[in-house]
Amino acid sequence: MRTLFILPLFVLAFFWSDFSVAQLMVDMEAPPTNAEMNQHCFDCHGQQVYSFENDFSGMIERKVMNPNYVLDTGAFYQGVHRHFACIDCHSPDYENFPHQSELRLDMMYSCIDCHGGDETYAQYNFDLIEEEFYQSVHSSRHDETFNCWMCHDPHAYKAMTRGDFSIGEIVKAHNQTCVDCHNDPVQFLRITDSIQPDLALVHDFIPNYDLHLKSVRCIECHTSQQDTLWVAHNILEKELAVKKCVECHSSNTMLMASLYKYQNIEARQNGFLNAVILNESYVIGANRNYYFNIISIILFGLAIVGILIHVFFRIKNR
Amino acid sequence: MSERFYLYPIWLRLWHAINAFMFLVLLATGLSMQYSNPDWPLIRFDLAVQFHNIAGIIVSFNYLIFLMGNLATANGAYYKMNWKTLFDDLLKQLNYYLFGVFKKQPTPFPINQSRKFNPLQKFTYVVTMYGMMPVIIITGLALLFPEMIIDKVFQSSGIFLTALLHTVVGFMLSMFLVIHVYFSTMGSTPTSNFKSMVNGFHEPH
Repeated sequence: MRTLFILPLFVLAFFWSDFSVAQLMVDMEAPPTNAEMNQHCFDCHGQQVYSFENDFSGMIERKVMNPNYVLDTGAFYQGVHRHFACIDCHSPDYENFPHQSELRLDMMYSCIDCHGGDETYAQYNFDLIEEEFYQSVHSSRHDETFNCWMCHDPHAYKAMTRGDFSIGEIVKAHNQTCVDCHNDPVQFLRITDSIQPDLALVHDFIPNYDLHLKSVRCIECHTSQQDTLWVAHNILEKELAVKKCVECHSSNTMLMASLYKYQNIEARQNGFLNAVILNESYVIGANRNYYFNIISIILFGLAIVGILIHVFFRIKNR
Repeated sequence: MSERFYLYPIWLRLWHAINAFMFLVLLATGLSMQYSNPDWPLIRFDLAVQFHNIAGIIVSFNYLIFLMGNLATANGAYYKMNWKTLFDDLLKQLNYYLFGVFKKQPTPFPINQSRKFNPLQKFTYVVTMYGMMPVIIITGLALLFPEMIIDKVFQSSGIFLTALLHTVVGFMLSMFLVIHVYFSTMGSTPTSNFKSMVNGFHEPH
């Protein structure tokens, strides 16, 4: 049960203002360009159960769709690839049913196949993402079957940091990407034979682990951050992960260069150092109010001066 | 000098000693966290968090002892305010501290068995113990179990507002502590009140 611990007296609700965020190049308002064409695929792949006419028996059969091939059509049309036709990425041969079994073995496009080396998408830094990926443990510890789609679902991909999403929503979405494998024994087995460690256990040195997981992203501590890259992809060896609390819990918090860089244009407004953090959370040591600091120093100084004057006259009139 | 008399029972002295020590721990660790700096760590952050949490819990339980002690013993009566004469009494005491004490005037509200505090002491102790302490304990417990705090209060983080209140009250209590320690030197001798904290006997002026 949630309990309100806040006194109305301390309502300081004026920190919120519009953020300048990088613009997404996809028109999210217009109707999806290929919705009609895609419907042919979604008639089956948008359902848990599909039906077809068996050419041999002449009967209409109903089958349960393999869960791995069921797509959330709503999520697809809210994602960045919403204007795509299915056959832009998948073989046109899929238009025939039953699908040829060898189609499954087709090499799938990677992000870089479409977005690499193209000035149109320069702002997304796909080439730098690829460079970072190849430096990361995801690449060095695994073979080339570890591709973008291990973490990112092209059918529902949202550019979280370039839309009108809150920090909390960004954290949730990005961390979900990690925990989908790192907190799921079955998914974990897709990439390694080792046993999936208990995330809470390996992070037991962090006080309030659940709150941290809700407030900051795994990549804050587990990647090297670069200013040019919006979302870091160089996942480091676990030994190199940030473990010092003060890296985040100080006025020079590294979060300003990672999680909060999307909105740090607002930083230092209203007298709050790292004010942007306040909208979503509170990071002890990182949020300091300049005016409160000054007032507290003045008050403390006055008290000490008053005491010293009092001591002086007590001694003088002894 | 009048004869000294027993004024501070053992449970109160123990409570006061625990409170004083834990206050210092909370102050040092709280400042260390609030002004944490990787280049100049007062106390290592994770240790500061642990010690702050432990000291906070001890102070909270200690506060319950204070409340129960005041309910069960005569000590609670010392905190009863006379609202009708409060303003005049405060002025009299303030006047004594600012001027009278230097002129060797007698204290306007001498301490005796039925009056443990002068009006200024009583007022600040009531504000501190019945006003600020509950606020800092409740906000502290809320920060210890942040899942209990509502996420948003008027578009601001609930945790932030709770922490802000905790910090502001913590600062006020630190101010109280400094002034309280100084006024403790204003007994019959500069050290007499500190001795009273140990032996329980008050030495009148």
